[in-house]
Amino acid sequence: MEAAERVACEDLVMFVNAAVAATSQREFRTGGDAQRMSLDFLHEYVRTNYRGLYAATLALDINDHNAARIIEGLLTTAAADRVEGRLIARRLQRLPPQRVYRLILQLRAKRVNNRRTRAVVRDWVAARPDLAFDAVKYRRGLAAAAGHAHLRLPDEVGAVLYDWRSVQRYRTPILEAWRKAHYDQRAVYELPYTVAEGFAAKHGIDRQRFLAGIRAKLTARERMRLDADLGAATLTRLASYVLSLGHDERRRRRDELTEALRQQARRAAGAQAGTWGSVVGVLDDSYSSSGSAVKRQRPLGVALGTHYLLEALSPQYNSCWINHRGDPLLVRAAGPTRLGERILDGLAMRPDRLVIVSDGWDNAPPGLAAEVLRVWRERLDRDGGTEVVHLNPVYDSETFDVRRLAPEVPTVGVRDAEDAAALVELARFGAGTASLGDLRAHLAARVERFLQR
Amino acid sequence: MNGVLTGLTPAPAQVWGAVRLVPLLRDQPVPGLRLHRELSEVDCECQYLPHAFVLSTTAAYGTQLGGGPPTGMEVRSRRRRPRFLPLPVAAEGYLTLQSGRPPIAWREWTNATVGRGLSPRADAAYKGTEIAGLDDALRVFELHPRQCGVALYLADALAGVFVTPHPDDYRLLHPTLLQDMYGEPLFQYAHLFPPVQDFTPRLEASKVSTVDDLRSEVARARDEWGRFHDLMAGGLLQSRVVPHRVRALGPYTLARLVPPYALDVDNHVGEAITDAEGRIAYLTTLRLSAAQTRRGHLLSTLYAHDWNLDETAAALGTDRAGVAQRLERAGFAHLLRPGS
Repeated sequence: MEAAERVACEDLVMFVNAAVAATSQREFRTGGDAQRMSLDFLHEYVRTNYRGLYAATLALDINDHNAARIIEGLLTTAAADRVEGRLIARRLQRLPPQRVYRLILQLRAKRVNNRRTRAVVRDWVAARPDLAFDAVKYRRGLAAAAGHAHLRLPDEVGAVLYDWRSVQRYRTPILEAWRKAHYDQRAVYELPYTVAEGFAAKHGIDRQRFLAGIRAKLTARERMRLDADLGAATLTRLASYVLSLGHDERRRRRDELTEALRQQARRAAGAQAGTWGSVVGVLDDSYSSSGSAVKRQRPLGVALGTHYLLEALSPQYNSCWINHRGDPLLVRAAGPTRLGERILDGLAMRPDRLVIVSDGWDNAPPGLAAEVLRVWRERLDRDGGTEVVHLNPVYDSETFDVRRLAPEVPTVGVRDAEDAAALVELARFGAGTASLGDLRAHLAARVERFLQR
Repeated sequence: MNGVLTGLTPAPAQVWGAVRLVPLLRDQPVPGLRLHRELSEVDCECQYLPHAFVLSTTAAYGTQLGGGPPTGMEVRSRRRRPRFLPLPVAAEGYLTLQSGRPPIAWREWTNATVGRGLSPRADAAYKGTEIAGLDDALRVFELHPRQCGVALYLADALAGVFVTPHPDDYRLLHPTLLQDMYGEPLFQYAHLFPPVQDFTPRLEASKVSTVDDLRSEVARARDEWGRFHDLMAGGLLQSRVVPHRVRALGPYTLARLVPPYALDVDNHVGEAITDAEGRIAYLTTLRLSAAQTRRGHLLSTLYAHDWNLDETAAALGTDRAGVAQRLERAGFAHLLRPGS
């Protein structure tokens, strides 16, 4: 492979890892500012040098934060081809509306108002299923979109955004409810939860009474957060919820929690459930997996979610926590990262696949994991009978990538445990051995599928 | 480990920039001795209050050992929670505590010296928050389940050792290392030196043909690592544990750590609580600067010869004028009667 191609390949793999894992939030070892600046630089670097590939990453399972950043970056600079616009439009439809409205607010703040941006915003707003609902729930965002992209909104929606008192009575039920809620406590319960909360405070409604009344209007995530409705949560969220509970409560509700986790894991595994060969998961529960104040126990949550996912994927599954023994439900983030010995314990079982979930800070002793993996590959497993994959939930701002364990082991960034199965399949690109041609072909196939769906 | 750190096993170090933290583990916590209940809310027969902690309105000047309320300096503390005294005072306090005051009123010493002994003097010192990278190092440090202490290195110079009887005590006091005081050289080291080299394990691939071989190679690497830290305790291991002003409670004795006061090694003063078998239950140490070492040497020689000037001069290989000159240079001119 030519040097330039290899560099391009590495840069792109690095960027995809970052775009999956990084959220510009404080991590265990680096502050929010360092994370943001590092990610800013990486986006600008990749956009400038590999614009086509940069846009194509929108078709991958990168996280919403990075998708929004990519779109913002693409719209800020001149377009390269027509596919770019279609990718942006497609990805915008898959983003949660609050993120898109935030993106539009940012575009306005940065005074990005080219013709393409206006067209993208126009098309996205036109495709919204219920603008009246948006006018109530995302009032500021919709007003910004309309003003910034010079949109003509339906009569009542325009009126409610810019001069809501001018209308005596709205024909659209939700707008009428919103108008009434200014004066009437009963109308509050017909609004979305986040909007109703403001009115409840304004009217001084008792919190318990309010929650009882608004229950029907909660979204799935709100139900998870307020009611601890386990059925409504995704695997990682559920794992994070379990970790937020005390040990006593986890013990008391063991059956219920375990069943909920298993059920979500089965759902995440989908058609692949039970199809994998023997698997060992080496899962990091060291102190550094406790994350930060803004990402509480996130790495540990990903590890716990992955545990249940692997259990669903493989009928012969074994787990090795670094410090914890016994029921994984009771795991907590404490102690040093003795990754080397645990990896050896896992490898000694001779599984088909070894999945490591860790932030990559192997510090007891530092670098022992890399040595174990090297010697294992050199001496004990020359034909590659065991496939080793490292999933890393933490973006390392210093290296612009997720931290690697060993050069011969592919490392991929991970945001949600439910994506782990797909990421493991993708790991061959993480090893840095795939050629740029392979990578382009893979991306092209993904882009095609993404645009057709 | 031998010397003052008997019974403690160093675990693998964790490195962050120029800071190296070596956890010290115990197989069994020391029974019966726990942190003062108002700090830790445990019930135990014997309790101690670490040196320089503020408990409600009473500061511990020198570590307290006892069951009842602590006795010590009254310190105004606005918030009712543990705080540290300015430790420079405490550092010099250690030196003066060790030399006491003249037991015989030799006429060379002033009345104030004979009556009150040395008064602590302040030296320049830096708070842990000012040491580059120490806050991050302590924050990201991963505590061991059995960890009862830590050896703190800055640019690979031993800055201090801190040992508690029980892992819970350590867990509680771990962040307070940041409130501690460190001498100027350590402050400079942390700022100027590049990140310290960490131990890099190397497995011999040629020796491995089975999984068990690999296991023994890993064990060997871990072993080497433990020895790596043994070598670095340096001058601390030359210190003696001296039950200075004997204060005992049950099987526990409060003792002071007396350094060799030699200029070719690092010198650490400290306080310790030992149990009946002489094992260290509690230890905190402080690295002395070169000037402090000289002063400490002078004072300890004086103390050893009951503050007799002639005998001290003989021990130091000089004469009376020489001792007087040394005292003056060390900033102790006021101790001597003028013209003596």
